[in-house]
Amino acid sequence: MGPLVPYIISNELNLILALIIGFCFGFVLEQAGFSSTKKLVGLFYGYDFTVLRVFFTAGVTAMVGVVLFQHYGLIDINLIYINPTFLRSAIVGGLVMGAGFIIGGFCPGTSVCAAAIGKLDAMLFIGGSILGVFAFTESYPLLKDFYMADDMGALTMYGQLGISRNLFAFLLTALAIMAFVATWLIEKRVNKHTAPLPKIWVSRYAFASLVPFVILAIVALLPGKQEIIENRIAEAKRQQKCVFHEINADKLADEIVHHYYRINVIDVRSPEAFEAFHLPMAVNIPLEEITERKWESVFKQKLKTNIFYADNDTTARMACLKAKFVGHSNNMVLSESAEEFNTMFFDLQEPDRAIASKKEINTYVFRKQAASDMLSLTEALKNIGKPVMVEVKPATGGCS
Amino acid sequence: MKAKPYMNPYLAGFLLGLVLLGTIYITGRGLGASGAFKSLVVAATQELTPQHAENAQFYREYAAENPGSPLRNWLVFEVIGVLIGAFFSGVIANRIGLKFEKGPKATNTARIIGAIIGGFLFGFGSQLGRGCTSGSALSGMAVMSFGGIITMLAIFGSGYALAYFFRKLWLK
Repeated sequence: MGPLVPYIISNELNLILALIIGFCFGFVLEQAGFSSTKKLVGLFYGYDFTVLRVFFTAGVTAMVGVVLFQHYGLIDINLIYINPTFLRSAIVGGLVMGAGFIIGGFCPGTSVCAAAIGKLDAMLFIGGSILGVFAFTESYPLLKDFYMADDMGALTMYGQLGISRNLFAFLLTALAIMAFVATWLIEKRVNKHTAPLPKIWVSRYAFASLVPFVILAIVALLPGKQEIIENRIAEAKRQQKCVFHEINADKLADEIVHHYYRINVIDVRSPEAFEAFHLPMAVNIPLEEITERKWESVFKQKLKTNIFYADNDTTARMACLKAKFVGHSNNMVLSESAEEFNTMFFDLQEPDRAIASKKEINTYVFRKQAASDMLSLTEALKNIGKPVMVEVKPATGGCS
Repeated sequence: MKAKPYMNPYLAGFLLGLVLLGTIYITGRGLGASGAFKSLVVAATQELTPQHAENAQFYREYAAENPGSPLRNWLVFEVIGVLIGAFFSGVIANRIGLKFEKGPKATNTARIIGAIIGGFLFGFGSQLGRGCTSGSALSGMAVMSFGGIITMLAIFGSGYALAYFFRKLWLK
């Protein structure tokens, strides 16, 4: 599941990738003609809308791709950098940049492209940009209040409009295609072209513009990864095919004491309940978090057996089922609830030696011993017994 | 040799979209450009006037947030890649050569001053707006960021609003 940095790709390799990604970025920009200032500003005078075409096609392609990736669980949207919104500086910054665009004829990315193929005006533009950045960093104390004003966090456009993500993607795609048609007509009038678009190209463009809609329809109508997992679980339940390997409390206690290293005791209750009481060596993975990326390592391994428990049987079994569809780990369910386990081991009543059977006394002795062993084990392994908690941070970056 | 024609804009846009999507998939963030300029400015300031860099608020905050050399930065490497990629594209399309491009009626002086002032405004605005056309507008659009799309509208809106006043720089 993406993003691959820093789990699969280290931060060092990431810098090498930056070179490769930059190479592709620069190559495509130059191929599109973004190294020519006249082509760039054509957008503002209606004689050349290349910028709009490239820009919106790229934006729509990436946006639809992100929606599709997320739908099939290929990317975790919570870890993606969403440009934070500081309303005032976003608007004023944009207005200043627009002025820079029309006066200078470039934007930073395109000026680098143009300079790379020897455009002198682009080199001047880069020089000016560096001075502009320097002016900002130097006057930062004066600008800081304004720069930090209206901090609205990582808002999304569809959230602001109060519509669904899919509907927004759909609307933006439709808008882009309408803009393509409209600007083509404008360009024709401004440049006084009369030749119609060849038929083959008309059908090609029509076909290409259908593709994003088809993808968005797939996302809207077909079940995504979450739903597929849920459907499978429902199906398995309906057919009563679920076989749960259960483990009872005494056996589990024995496992914890002697083989803590080959099991993960997983508490699927809420963090509050976990805080109040949890089994020795347990980790807390609330039921609804099981499918999240940060726990992948727990469910996609075969070295340790996962043992689930909760307040009731149904929740623990549900967790076990979910885990089964997330990964391929060995999963078991504790027959007793957390509460029962607590009473059995830590709230132990000594049986009356005179009337109790030998079995009862043996059980008592075992549990008493196990309880104290588990506690001292937890104490001893405070830090190494648990799986390493991976701190998942959303990616930061962008241009700022 | 004549320069080869440019790529079909929709195809170029699609490829650029794939690059952006791949970038988001791999790194969790979009493309950028002006961030590299900032790194360069910070690095130069630290190198040339270390005392000032230690005292002035911006550099202090920057250094606190970005330990290590400011040049050891994702965007710096990316922009170096852009330089190489664009050069490579220019070579295969026969577009390499020192050229000074301007509108047909613009004087050389006007273009020189315009390029520098335009660059200055873009550089300044990109810092204020937390990203330029690549980092804020394009990447913001891909993740449907409110701020990114607002910045995009502001950039193009202001470009159109001012186009009339600078027409002599560009039009016949």
